Amino acid sequence: MTVAAEGSPPLRMAGARRNPLLQSEAVQGFALISPTFVYALILLVLPILVVIAHSFWTQNYLTIDHTFTLENYRIALTEPIYRDLLWRSLYISLTVSLLTVALAYPIAYFISFHGGRHKSLWLFLITIPFWTSYLLRVMSWKVILGYNGVLNSGLMGLGIISEPSDALLYNSTAVIITLTHAWATFAILPIFVSLEKVDRTLVEAATDLGDGPLRSFLRVTLPLSAPGVISAALIVMIPTVGDYVTPKLVGGKDGVMIANAIQAQFGKASNWPLGAALSVTTMIIVSLMAGATVLVIRALQRLAR
Amino acid sequence: MLERVQSERIQSERTMIEIRDVTRSYGSFKALDNASLAIREGEFFSLLGPSGCGKTTLLRMIAGFDTPTSGSIAVDGQPMDGIPANRRPTNMVFQSYAIFPHLNVEQNVAYGLKRLKLQGGEEKRRVEEALAQVSLTGLGKRRATELSGGQRQRVALARALVMRPKVLLLDEPLSALDKKLREQMQVELRRLQQAVGITFVLVTHDQYEALAMSDRIAVMFGGRIAQVASPKEIYQRPVNRQVADFLGGMNFVKAEIVEENGASLVLDTLGFGRVRTDKPKAFMRNGGAATLGIRPERLRVLWDNASAKFEVAGKVVERHYFGEITHLIVEIPGLEKPLSVTETNDFGADDIPVGAPIRLAYDPEALVAMAD
Repeated sequence: MTVAAEGSPPLRMAGARRNPLLQSEAVQGFALISPTFVYALILLVLPILVVIAHSFWTQNYLTIDHTFTLENYRIALTEPIYRDLLWRSLYISLTVSLLTVALAYPIAYFISFHGGRHKSLWLFLITIPFWTSYLLRVMSWKVILGYNGVLNSGLMGLGIISEPSDALLYNSTAVIITLTHAWATFAILPIFVSLEKVDRTLVEAATDLGDGPLRSFLRVTLPLSAPGVISAALIVMIPTVGDYVTPKLVGGKDGVMIANAIQAQFGKASNWPLGAALSVTTMIIVSLMAGATVLVIRALQRLAR
Repeated sequence: MLERVQSERIQSERTMIEIRDVTRSYGSFKALDNASLAIREGEFFSLLGPSGCGKTTLLRMIAGFDTPTSGSIAVDGQPMDGIPANRRPTNMVFQSYAIFPHLNVEQNVAYGLKRLKLQGGEEKRRVEEALAQVSLTGLGKRRATELSGGQRQRVALARALVMRPKVLLLDEPLSALDKKLREQMQVELRRLQQAVGITFVLVTHDQYEALAMSDRIAVMFGGRIAQVASPKEIYQRPVNRQVADFLGGMNFVKAEIVEENGASLVLDTLGFGRVRTDKPKAFMRNGGAATLGIRPERLRVLWDNASAKFEVAGKVVERHYFGEITHLIVEIPGLEKPLSVTETNDFGADDIPVGAPIRLAYDPEALVAMAD
């Protein structure tokens, strides 16, 4: 104690001689984040503001009429085509995130609990599909699901079907299958991290108190890994709503999603205000859905007690 | 005193845990080497030893978290081979306490009861009772993350006791607590064990903890059980130098065996001359050499002209002050190593000058012979 009391005044003086403002933790923190912050401000916040502004304007052939209007939002919310596309996008992203999390959890669990010395090797192997471009991975699903594809010829070879099925490709199921595969790694990693943080003695304590393997998993491991499940679900759900490459390549006309419509408005249709209104609507709905997901998982977690 | 009397009443001669020839190997390393032990019903039993001596391995095998490579373990007459941890009549207090962070105190304590689907208010009643036993009444709604170390330990205890196990296993339960709280918990744990009458098996590396709480202690080294006896016997009649050394300080003097018969030994030493001592039960002669031990506090300073029937003379070479006691290092002619002496400061032992001649009295009863 005495040593510290004697030692601190000179230290504080040394700090005062330099600029005290630069010494403060808050300033140092801001300095650290500022490059990223400026980057995000210019490339994320400003464009969003531009999009929001556009959504209240009107396209007037080649010029834009800057009078305030809610007409774009009326179209976005009431036109059956946009409503259907929005619903389909939400349905696909919700299904994809559910499936991805359900498939990723056992993998993450296996690596975390039974990976032993080879944990990093397993994680490394999981990233291998990312060594090729996303387009190639989507194209390979086309090869698998197509009319003359691997799956059809395989099933025909086995004599299960007599002629190729065209129900596999160019619909929302194909989009769901492709996206589930594409996002698996992004779901495995956060779940793995939260499983790694589960204290193994807690599982032992549950066993000691009479729980078999399934019960201790449901009552201890699963609730404690909920943060990982939540982030995995959100990481998959939020970007998949706005995906437009996958539906374009494997979705056909049945698998078109809202992002394809938005792209069309900004492109061929050249109606930026309507595209902007569709974007803003989608963003708001995705935020609400993400919030709802967190609440639902938290409620399930409480139920498990 | 009263507690001792009670403990003798509760304790029976019936064996609660039977450990027979248990070995646990990891490759060529033997964490536990052919250990046999019988722990009695209602006993407070401690497994004492340095880290890596196999005490935790043994405890985990009783709990069912580890399986013996060979040998068998029986609890209450039931062989435990192949019985998983969740079906054993044992419960454990973990070193880290393993309190479920997503549950509050009440839910933690009720964790094991949930599965039993108790009727009416039975579950609530038992949880209340367990919380009262560990003096946590009223803290049931507290979140696990809001508890102090001592409170977490009490929750862990209540959570295990509420299951009414035949055996409660405690894995270094006090090691994470500060000294004062640890001493208080030692008394409380002992009192609790007396009250519930359950067999307690405690793993510890703290000799004072084991001495203060246990009915019997097993001292372990390198995967082997060196001695099983009451705290008093372990302290006063250690079976070898290792045990003696682990349980507090001990002066060792080289000795030559002159005569050996059924009950006693006659030894020749340089500093203490020819002495006759009790022959320890486990004494195994190994040639003609032996070691004679005496605890530092069993050597008393002789003041002025006082004399004693048995005494040794020497010179003070070091003095260390510890508040209520002083530690003296005394060189005795003929002894290769100086003797440690602990003396209370009531008569001014803290004022004895270094270099002064000194005489020390001892009781031959305090001399303990050990095989070399």
